[in-house]
Amino acid sequence: MTITEQHIDDILIPILEEVSDPEIPVLSIMDMGVVRSAKLIDGKVKVEITPTYSGCPAMDVIGDDIKTALKKAGYEAEIDLILHPAWTTDWITPRGRKALEDYGIAAPLEADADKAVLLEGKRLVKCTNCGSHNTRMVSQFGSTACKAQFQCDDCQEPFDYFKCLK
Amino acid sequence: MKNENLYNYILGIADNSLILGQRLGELTGHGPNLETDIACTNISLDLFGQVRSYFQYAGKIAGDGRSEDDIAMLRKEREYKNVLLVEQPNTNFAYTIARQFLFDAYHLAFLKELQKSPDLTLSAIANKCVKEVSYHERFSSDWVRRLGDGTEESREKMQEAINDLWMYTDELFHQTEADKAVVAEGIGVDVTNLKTAYYAYVAEVLEEATLEVPETKYFQKGGKNGVHTEHLGYILAELQYMQRTYPNMEW
Repeated sequence: MTITEQHIDDILIPILEEVSDPEIPVLSIMDMGVVRSAKLIDGKVKVEITPTYSGCPAMDVIGDDIKTALKKAGYEAEIDLILHPAWTTDWITPRGRKALEDYGIAAPLEADADKAVLLEGKRLVKCTNCGSHNTRMVSQFGSTACKAQFQCDDCQEPFDYFKCLK
Repeated sequence: MKNENLYNYILGIADNSLILGQRLGELTGHGPNLETDIACTNISLDLFGQVRSYFQYAGKIAGDGRSEDDIAMLRKEREYKNVLLVEQPNTNFAYTIARQFLFDAYHLAFLKELQKSPDLTLSAIANKCVKEVSYHERFSSDWVRRLGDGTEESREKMQEAINDLWMYTDELFHQTEADKAVVAEGIGVDVTNLKTAYYAYVAEVLEEATLEVPETKYFQKGGKNGVHTEHLGYILAELQYMQRTYPNMEW
């Protein structure tokens, strides 16, 4: 086992999968990779979550939502916010990446490609509307801490790109 | 307090982010255009998030029940340990960018060293912050180049801002007594070691931006020991307003 693995009791997985990111409702917190561990100990659940970005205001809401979801299932929960190991976009599951794309947010590229896209203006991000790679960055900061603003030069659609974080 | 040096050391790091975050927050709805407005406030949000991690840890060290909000909101001006650079006003976009770049270049180098700290909480915070600050530094250095190597007017404004803020850069590499003690324990970062690489890197970016490196050898200091420019009082008046007006209020 490595520290980057998640440690979640099987019985809790379906409950936690029902909790979504409040700012990206199509993405469950499990697919987002923010739940690092969840253990049932003496009828009480201890959950460790890690923030995507330090200032992400969604973390408090996520903590509350987890408590509510577990309470509905009959468990009291205690939430710990942990910082180590730091969250990375690599922890978003393939299902999570697909959910992002379907929602209109381009999924993060590899670290090198991300740099090329944001710094050198390389056209590698796929438009979430028409699928073209003829896209450009409008701003490396977007509507939430985790996104950059892009625009497609073929269909003209503006869209969000989920920034790579390694 | 048992570990007062470490407490003060952490406040020194966090206050830089707190005051700079507050300055950037002033631009909410007032940025030169939508994208830069959002960028500056995104950076502000990152910095406030980082401050929370530091202050939560400092609160634990203090061990007397003081919370992150108490530390952020209930100190007096002389008890803030931020460098003078970060409290300088936004003035115009060139100043905002110059202040940001001169701080980001330091901040990124500092965090890379703090990642190696044997204090596991500090290294965990640094691991988290370094990823965010890499984006900040990309943004600010990019704008230094764009404005410097832009029109005649943008170059002139960018140069003026760099010239004016230059005298606050040396303080980044000063150490308080608490800093020295924490460095001696092997926990803190010896900032004096970062100075040469900092000025070399900044000079490199300024050259790419067709800007001159200021020649002044006169530097201001004091912030780290609580002696601030007149700007800090006004920043705190706004930052602390709610807590001072409605003591013990909770969000």
